[in-house]
Amino acid sequence: MTIRFVLLVNKQGQTRLAQYYEYLTIEERRALEGEIVRKCLARPDNQCSFVEHRNYKIIYRRYASLFFLVGVDGEENELAILEFIHCVVETMDRYFGNVCELDIMFHLEKAHFMLEEMVMNGCIVETNKQNILNPIQLMDKTT
Amino acid sequence: MESWASDIMKKAFKQGSQGTVDQLKTLGRELAMGSQGSSKDFLDLVKAIGESKSKAEEERIILAEIEHLKKRIMEPDVPRKKMKEYIIRLVYVEMLGHDASFGYIYAVKMTHDDNLLCKKSGYLATTLFLNEDHDLIILIVNTMQKDLKSDNYLVVSAALTAVCKLINEETIPAVLPQVVDLLGHPKEHVRKKAVMALHRFHQRSPSSVSHLLIKFRQILCDKDPSVMSAALCALFDLVLSDVKAFKNLTASFVSILKQVAEHRLPKAYDYHRTPAPFVQIKILKILALLGAGDRHTSENMYSVLLEVIKRSEPGKGEPGSNISNAILYECICTITAIVANPKLLGTAAEITSRLLKSNNHNYKYMGIDALGRVIQIDPDFAEQHQLAVIDCLEDEDDTLKRKTLDLLYRMTKSANVEVIVERMISYMRTLSDAHTKTDIASRIIELAERFAPSNQWFIQTMNQVFELAGDLVPAKVAHDLMRLLAKGAGEDDEEADSLLRSSAVESYLQLLGEPKLPSILLQVVCWVLGEYGTADGTHSADDIIGKLCDVAESHPGDIAVKGYAITAITKICAFEIGAGRQVQLIPECRSFIDDLLASHATDLQQRAYELQVFLGLTPDIVQKVLPVNGSGVDIEIDRELPFLQEFVDSALANGARPYFHENERLDMDSGISSFVGSSRSQQEPSHALRFEAYETPTVPIPSGSSSTAPPSLLPDFQEAKPESPRSLRNHLAADNSQVDLLGPEVSRLRLDGVQRKWGRPSASSQPSLAATSDFEQEIERRDSGVSEGASSIRENPPAAVPMYDPRNFEKKKAQPEIPAEKQRLAASLFGGSSTQKAANGVKASKPAANLRPGEKSAPPRPVTTQSQQASSPLMDLMDMTSGDSFPADPPAKPAYDPFKELEGLLDRPSTAASSTPAAPQTSSIDFMSLYDSAPVISHTTTSSTSDTDFLSLDHTSRSGMDALNGPQAGLMDLNELPVTSPLGGLAGLVQPNPSSSTGLQEKKGPSLHNSLQKDAASRQVGVTPTGANPALFQDLFG
Repeated sequence: MTIRFVLLVNKQGQTRLAQYYEYLTIEERRALEGEIVRKCLARPDNQCSFVEHRNYKIIYRRYASLFFLVGVDGEENELAILEFIHCVVETMDRYFGNVCELDIMFHLEKAHFMLEEMVMNGCIVETNKQNILNPIQLMDKTT
Repeated sequence: MESWASDIMKKAFKQGSQGTVDQLKTLGRELAMGSQGSSKDFLDLVKAIGESKSKAEEERIILAEIEHLKKRIMEPDVPRKKMKEYIIRLVYVEMLGHDASFGYIYAVKMTHDDNLLCKKSGYLATTLFLNEDHDLIILIVNTMQKDLKSDNYLVVSAALTAVCKLINEETIPAVLPQVVDLLGHPKEHVRKKAVMALHRFHQRSPSSVSHLLIKFRQILCDKDPSVMSAALCALFDLVLSDVKAFKNLTASFVSILKQVAEHRLPKAYDYHRTPAPFVQIKILKILALLGAGDRHTSENMYSVLLEVIKRSEPGKGEPGSNISNAILYECICTITAIVANPKLLGTAAEITSRLLKSNNHNYKYMGIDALGRVIQIDPDFAEQHQLAVIDCLEDEDDTLKRKTLDLLYRMTKSANVEVIVERMISYMRTLSDAHTKTDIASRIIELAERFAPSNQWFIQTMNQVFELAGDLVPAKVAHDLMRLLAKGAGEDDEEADSLLRSSAVESYLQLLGEPKLPSILLQVVCWVLGEYGTADGTHSADDIIGKLCDVAESHPGDIAVKGYAITAITKICAFEIGAGRQVQLIPECRSFIDDLLASHATDLQQRAYELQVFLGLTPDIVQKVLPVNGSGVDIEIDRELPFLQEFVDSALANGARPYFHENERLDMDSGISSFVGSSRSQQEPSHALRFEAYETPTVPIPSGSSSTAPPSLLPDFQEAKPESPRSLRNHLAADNSQVDLLGPEVSRLRLDGVQRKWGRPSASSQPSLAATSDFEQEIERRDSGVSEGASSIRENPPAAVPMYDPRNFEKKKAQPEIPAEKQRLAASLFGGSSTQKAANGVKASKPAANLRPGEKSAPPRPVTTQSQQASSPLMDLMDMTSGDSFPADPPAKPAYDPFKELEGLLDRPSTAASSTPAAPQTSSIDFMSLYDSAPVISHTTTSSTSDTDFLSLDHTSRSGMDALNGPQAGLMDLNELPVTSPLGGLAGLVQPNPSSSTGLQEKKGPSLHNSLQKDAASRQVGVTPTGANPALFQDLFG
């Protein structure tokens, strides 16, 4: 029961952030992202937010122009992951303030840092926003 | 840079007439971007990527960027901040699918930096770039060791994060002691990461941390909740690998879960007012592992499970929030995994019902999954939800449909196999993705093999699978099908068998009319035509031979099909000769044979020559070699190969080295023997070194009769199975003689796969993985498989068919009425699952019965009484299933409170009613999020809007400020409007969402603001929102 990857893709299908928790070569990632994005973006809003693709189950959620996609394996609680995505967005929102696609693009490393705090070894370790943002804000202060 | 920032400030002030505070905030963000060292260069890159319209454009930007970086990054004395920026740009390059390996070393170097941000960015980039076996890792280990000792806890935690990603099995010892020490670090942040690092080590190499199990237990009691929850991640894996060792922690988990559920953790751990839901879910998962099959342990969980459910349950008539439903779903998983009591099971069933009845597709999906779990315990539960399941099955939503098929697959019985397989096949028709197709095909095959009501049906189903999935079907399935035809039903009912065969021949002859059949199906067709084409006398030999020639001709490239075809022709000719008739080959067959005689494929050539030989033989010889219906004859195999004894003895006498089994040889020397055994050693979980690089081609014996190649000719004459034991023997004999010529050294290698013959007998002879025994096991397995299938067939038809036949019959007859059809489908899927519930089953089938009373002479059940009261079919069915069968449960579950159930029933309609979009005003905001994939934060007043609304808003706001941009944006939205006039374009911009604009206008107030400001500020930075991708500026939350 682990998260295999977290992807942020805009509605043109361009990757905005990619974090894999298992190693895939660049070609594999490219192919996977292409397939998944095509599948998820084609689905109407009223259908469920889960898609099976190869051995992954993908849980996705759309925020304005940005899609958050999380790939998990077999025994994962899909609804919980769906809410986890929301938790990620809320965390980013708290840090950036009205977070938008451009914030994530300009501060790619910050977005990664947040994700690093929240997911380790493919497990959700932290959802307490204070705990997530504390080290990052401390770092901002010192540098 | 300074002047640039102040420039923004000035312009912003000029523009900002409203909401200056918000604007300043946005400005601050841009300024911060500057102060953190982002240069104009970097902003330009991001801007270009953000605005690129197509993949090709993006590609061009990145390729230019690579060239740029290659030059710049190598310059001496790049300032630290600049370098950090280069590294992030490298991350962009890789993220967008290009190789940035030229810059890896700079990322590694960056991890040495003293500046925390730079160091962390360096670590981030290395974790993104490198896998744990990359050569550069060794350069980082030293840095990590140093950082783990740092006084600055942020440096330590950065290093620990990298440890999780980069340390492989070999480097674990280099950091393990330090990581263990850090478990006692005063900062909880560090302790948390240290636990996760150990968790990673466990994933990589369980033995490396096996002495630390006590540490994991201790850390579970850490006073900081976040450390405790990290420990849960590690413990989940540990429990998974050894449940027994952690049974005694059950009480701790239960008490933690209880405290979490009771809201004892600080508010900061809440998620939408639900206390630490992800911790709850994790513990529930662990409890499921601990309680599985253990009544005593399970009993300790009952009360806490009830408590968790009670606190997560939404109020009556409310659908609940996503997160509370996630917890409830996890509770169902746990309840169905442990040894649960009836009360818990009842609750699980209730929640499942609620999820299934929801309008939200996500909940339906979870409901279907939960249903699959509940019916593992209580199979009859499915009946209550038959209509919901069928709705999901017929839904547009592919995910939901597949999940439902998954459920049906798991509840297939001989009673409903036909309906379910039919559904699966029709779903398969819609598929294009090979992966899914293979998956579904293998399931259909499995179900068909296990539950086939008749051979006829089985053959037809298989044909369909072959047609749809074609070469995705494993060859074994084709061989099983051939075997089934050859052996018949396994009973001595020759007549039925020949009936079956001639019907197969007919269906295949028909099938040949279709264009483009997959190779594997053609092989089966050829085999069947060859074996039984002329058996019942309806088709002449010339007819069949003509068809076979057509098949071969239309597939010139397919050697396997050609091989099957020529063999089939040979057999038909042989049968003709055997029956004493003169064989006069038709001209096209002649030319086909001539073709093959000159074929480059030696196999085909050989077959053609053999056919020619047959044509010249006398009937009695031909009859001996190729008896009619010889494929059903079992052939005895002598595994000892006694006829070779003499040969072996003489070889040994001549100085050949005796044969040793490979295991023995491994002990003797590690040189050649390990070389020989390498293909095996892979499969064994041994700790010995592996030698994959030297792997020899697999032993020739099995490949000679491998399933994809057409069966070798000689044995094929005697029997149907492509892998014939006799052919194996022939191969062996051939091998031996060949080997002798090549000398003893080679013989040692080549004979690897042969039954052990020369060495002394030893205890290890059983697991000898030699091809022979493997192969025999395979054959045995298949034989048993077939007899199993056959026995299940034998059991089923007499008992089951009369019971369910009428219903199926009716189903086929009355297609047009949709509700009736649905009910019938329900009946055929769920009906008659148990005799105990016979009444229900009949009710389900009743409307159908009502429709055509004339057909109902056969059914064994007393349906007549029911058919009288069935006046309103649909309503009645619903009533019966939801109202009647609930109280029908208590006999099995004494703890059930019927009144409570009734209460639940009364409430359920209101749930459905409030699910219409009119209701949300009264319910919580979470409720809203059910109807919109875009979310709502409960603590703000903003609400979600769809993206298109946004676009239009964005444009309208802009239109006030910058009318010139209008037409350009108009192009995107409405092509049919006169784009030449800016006004027209603007009008078009406002128009597209007339429906949504009125209701959402006020709600969008704040976001309108924000987008205005962002728009303004970013224009200063030089990123034009009117460019290709104005969406960049949308707040993710509406």
